[in-house]
Amino acid sequence: MRYSIFSLLRQALAGHRGWEPAWRDAEPKPAYDVIIVGGGGHGLATAHYLAKVHGITDVAVLEKGWIGLGNAGRNTTIIRSNYLLAGNNPFYELSMRLWEGLEQDLNYNTMVSQRGVLNLYHSDSQRDSYVRRGNAMRMHGVDAELLNARDVRRMLPFLDFENARFPIQGGLLQPRGGTARHDAVVWGYARAASGRGVDIVQNCEVTGFLREGGRIVGVRTSRGDISARKVGMAVAGNTSSVARLAGVRLPIESHVLQAFVSEAVKPLIPCVVTYGAGHFYVSQSDKGGLVFGGNIDGYNSYAQRGNLPTVEDVCESGMALMPAIGRVRILRSWGGIMDMSMDGSPIIDRTPVEGLYLNGGWCYGGFKATPASGYCFAHLLARDEPHEVARAYRLDRFAAGRLLDEKGQGPQPNLH
Amino acid sequence: MRIECPFCGERDVSEFAYLGDAGYRRPPADSQGLAERFYEAVYLRENPAGPHQELWYHAAGCLSWLRVTRNTRTHEIIAVGLATQAPGS
Ligand SMILES: Cc1cc2nc3c(=O)[nH]c(=O)nc-3n(C[C@H](O)[C@H](O)[C@H](O)COP(=O)(O)OP(=O)(O)OC[C@H]3O[C@@H](n4cnc5c(N)ncnc54)[C@H](O)[C@@H]3O)c2cc1C
Ligand SMILES: [Zn+2]
Repeated sequence: MRYSIFSLLRQALAGHRGWEPAWRDAEPKPAYDVIIVGGGGHGLATAHYLAKVHGITDVAVLEKGWIGLGNAGRNTTIIRSNYLLAGNNPFYELSMRLWEGLEQDLNYNTMVSQRGVLNLYHSDSQRDSYVRRGNAMRMHGVDAELLNARDVRRMLPFLDFENARFPIQGGLLQPRGGTARHDAVVWGYARAASGRGVDIVQNCEVTGFLREGGRIVGVRTSRGDISARKVGMAVAGNTSSVARLAGVRLPIESHVLQAFVSEAVKPLIPCVVTYGAGHFYVSQSDKGGLVFGGNIDGYNSYAQRGNLPTVEDVCESGMALMPAIGRVRILRSWGGIMDMSMDGSPIIDRTPVEGLYLNGGWCYGGFKATPASGYCFAHLLARDEPHEVARAYRLDRFAAGRLLDEKGQGPQPNLH
Repeated sequence: MRIECPFCGERDVSEFAYLGDAGYRRPPADSQGLAERFYEAVYLRENPAGPHQELWYHAAGCLSWLRVTRNTRTHEIIAVGLATQAPGS
């Protein structure tokens, strides 16, 4: 069923009794052309673009739980393409362009809201590094504006501008950045892929790989063996564990990232704001809740929940930036497991094992990447060569010394 | 999460800094395929879901390096020793 103002009117007149499920909850078939492991945003987006762009529809997405219950449903929904490095920027800008047309492409309201992403600076040297980043963005054709304190004051008058230790001097704004509704992104991709014939199979955990010679020819799952010509992994925080089933070791550690949402308040924060002197960022959901977070807890974890020192650190940073937040009560906090790579950048590549393809290492920035990640992974799976904008995301870059280290932190995942 | 430092006793995790997997071994300079072995040592990680041997530094305490065995699924601390002690001892 196509969604439109007419379908809405028709259903309204019929008492909303004619809506159909948005996508098909499929039973697994014995064999597919392509199997995608992981029904998060990236896996479902990959299936959609495989079907739509490459005409490959004999595809299954296998999800161990329910789709969108991983990081896709846990993130703070920020989308942006304000990257410095030439290996990253065109990829995230492709993602931004796909976001801009996503609702038309999927015929689904993913609530993409280009309300702007503002990174604050608090010192001369921080301003200089933002000037450099902004220039790099503009040279790649991405929008970036340097704001001074007066400009920022107009947008966000309630911030602590005269903070004794970290006064706000200004910020780097990407006006086209913003937020999107994370659950709707999952459902929209699922619906579009399912509509083109892709099987979305839930409660189907991949527990091993089927091999013939050295080649991967399918997967073992909790719902039986399924064969496939190609298998793509898009399992986010579980990348190391699934790759290990195929004997592949990766430059990845799994870490927990927490996020928070407050009770709903009237419209207060018009954009996404990140604090430049501590680990804190905040935006306001359409329901009115302040959605905020900080840094990863910093130790290997698969627990999907974090510890109190990080909660304290995030709240302290929030208070330092906008003291008014102290009057708002926190409604919920939660954690998700991310695959932190050794240089902080993702991997979209073939693996050393024939037939097995890898999409991982998304760290805490993988939501914004969802459309381009799916687009480029589908390209790789269909054509066996990397998409032009994902050429830097090779697995061999670590051995070859061609790291993509935006922050310049070195091989220490908890610093990226 | 609290870590029982052999010198300072049980302390909150916020006193400690995390380095990561304790399995890191610098390859001897005369080993075969040195570049490959350095790649493995510097970049590849086991990253298990379950017990994990890892290095923590008691930064706001006695400044010792500790070898901690911790379950990454539950955050339970299973054992703590000095980093210089051999694994398991
Ligand atoms: C608290 C938090 C805040 C974040 N904020 C942002 C943000 O503001 N902006 C941004 O860009 N990014 C953000 N991220 C990062 C982003 O959410 C992730 O990088 C991204 O969602 C990962 O891709 P995914 O959607 O495919 O992952 P997931 O949704 O985690 O999908 C992976 C799926 O694989 C499944 N799976 C795992 N193992 C198996 C198996 N063996 N068999 C079958 N299925 C399996 C899992 O159940 C899961 O559903 C945030 C993350 C967290 C945790
Ligand atoms: Zn101590």
